[in-house]
Amino acid sequence: MSFNYEYYIRGDKFPHIWCEGCGIGIMLKSVFRAFHKLGIDKNKLVVVSGIGCTSRIPGYVDANTLHTTHGRALSFATGIKLFKPELTVLCIAGDGDMAAIGGNHFIHACRRNIDITTVIYNNYNYGMTGGQHSPTTPEGGRTTTTPYGNIDPPFDLCALAAGAGATFVGRTTIFYTAQIEDLVTRAIAHKGFSVVEVVGHCHTNYGRRNKRPSAVENIEWLKSLTLPAKAAEKLPPEQRAGKILTGILKEELREEYCERYWKMVENLRSKKNG
Amino acid sequence: MAERRVRFTAGNYACAEGALYAGLNFYAGYPITPSSEIAEYLSEELPKSGGVFIEMEDEIASMGAVIGASLAGAKAMTATSGPGFSLMQEHIGFACLTGTPCVIINVMRGGPSTGYPTGPSQSDVMQARWGTHGDHPIIAVCPTSVQECFTETVRAFNLAEKFRTPVIVLTDEIVGHMREKMVIPEPGEIEIINRKKPTCPPEEYKPFYYEKEGDVPPLPAYGEGYRFHITGLNYDETGFPTNNGEIIERMERLMMAKIYCNLDEILKVEEWDCGDCEVLIIAYGSTFRSAKSAYNTLKKEGVKVGLLKIMTIWPFPEKYVKEAARKAKLVVVPEMNLGQLILEVDRCIKTGAMIVGVNSINTEPIPPSMIIKKIKENSNVL
Repeated sequence: MSFNYEYYIRGDKFPHIWCEGCGIGIMLKSVFRAFHKLGIDKNKLVVVSGIGCTSRIPGYVDANTLHTTHGRALSFATGIKLFKPELTVLCIAGDGDMAAIGGNHFIHACRRNIDITTVIYNNYNYGMTGGQHSPTTPEGGRTTTTPYGNIDPPFDLCALAAGAGATFVGRTTIFYTAQIEDLVTRAIAHKGFSVVEVVGHCHTNYGRRNKRPSAVENIEWLKSLTLPAKAAEKLPPEQRAGKILTGILKEELREEYCERYWKMVENLRSKKNG
Repeated sequence: MAERRVRFTAGNYACAEGALYAGLNFYAGYPITPSSEIAEYLSEELPKSGGVFIEMEDEIASMGAVIGASLAGAKAMTATSGPGFSLMQEHIGFACLTGTPCVIINVMRGGPSTGYPTGPSQSDVMQARWGTHGDHPIIAVCPTSVQECFTETVRAFNLAEKFRTPVIVLTDEIVGHMREKMVIPEPGEIEIINRKKPTCPPEEYKPFYYEKEGDVPPLPAYGEGYRFHITGLNYDETGFPTNNGEIIERMERLMMAKIYCNLDEILKVEEWDCGDCEVLIIAYGSTFRSAKSAYNTLKKEGVKVGLLKIMTIWPFPEKYVKEAARKAKLVVVPEMNLGQLILEVDRCIKTGAMIVGVNSINTEPIPPSMIIKKIKENSNVL
């Protein structure tokens, strides 16, 4: 059955800025389907981003949209959500935006367990600025600032999120569009801070410098590395090495931040009046 | 309750009370001396009045949360001091460009870097004006007493809401921590301004459509059905990014005009014997208090002295300064820095008057005697 994307798209803002074959558009389609599945009212939807290729998404989404500063999207999103908890707040970011310059805001949003869904498009580099290395670039990876191969150990974004207190954490790769849709749907429905990492490609920069210049080669490469986390549990470590573990990696219920705050307000006010 | 309306309190608490009077319902901040009492007080009061208080992970995040909340319809503010104010600068620029109303209280302390956290200073005057990158307008107000901490914070919110702009309340450690009498006006005694909301159908709304130069476009809140876009990129009147240089220039000039066409509503000074004085003292913030004392002493001695108190420090009240200095032969500008606002005074006064600073960064207030001494040292020009 064909899906009508028009409801959530700002059609007059096309053509978009992304390269031909970019995975961000593929991911965005899955996000739209998740919105549709949940029946989200676009008047009550806020999409917030920082800076980078992925962060240009809000401009194309027909919702309340906010394209903020580099790395700081979650701080803006926190203000919006805490002041108006009735809004659905989706934060969308790239790996450099969220894990480098935005790393502090990321771990603190996880810690608070505020009901914001963060979707991270991890393409292992800063695509917009020309392909510099990011905190997720694999060791040995060639970028414009690691010409001899990356020596920085990368972050595991999902482990970081889970460790910092996010209560829903999932990961998939760009080939698995149905899984992106499923994870984003569950993440938005989850009450608490949720993180979905979509490992995608930047064939223009990271792919090209690592002997995979086309989009398809990169998608196939990521597909070949994908390993469902549940299946991985049964495998010996050598067969898990270098794989991208996918699926729901953490799901738990812990009191959500806005609920906690507004309950405190209610208690104080009833005491005052009573 | 009558006993609640008169208080013996410190400037920081007065700023917090002024903000609540103005309708503050969202505060995000990060602890820093000498401003922390503002956050502490609001952490107790805001939940009681149904507002939001949140302590963020740093000043950058605080300012981000303030802007986010304001776009969701809140009257939002933060408070900080020098180092935190430096960290907030990128987001202050974001609020300028996007026309997001908010208030930033900077209780100035000494020194660059960590400097002298517990001592007074007026060394962020130029940072308040030019701290963020790019051409932009800014409003900064400057209280001289505990009562003015209250009233100027109310005025800051009114200006922020009316002109869709961040407004800085530039206090200092002296005004912030000293205790004086403060009277809280009855509700309605001071007019409270709320931002203009659009009345057009959502599909026709453009967040940066100026009917004319000097106009302030209305701003809905997220969730009210307008589904508008806000970006830190240069935009056209629809709020979406543009690469068209002519449009970029036009929109930035309209952003400037929004403030500079409305100076009559923004500027504020108080004056004593200005206009025909021979010696003019121009002062702001806690230093004004010493300047007032010096003025009183000199007047008794028969010196033709005038005093100009600057309450809107940015935009600089050029026409008032020019008018006050019309006949002055000597203009004295005391500041707890090495000479910042004097640069503006010097730029504006073209009469040939001698312009001298009285400057101190020794962590102590400038005493009246230091101002008087400077005037007497230069009395040969009179």
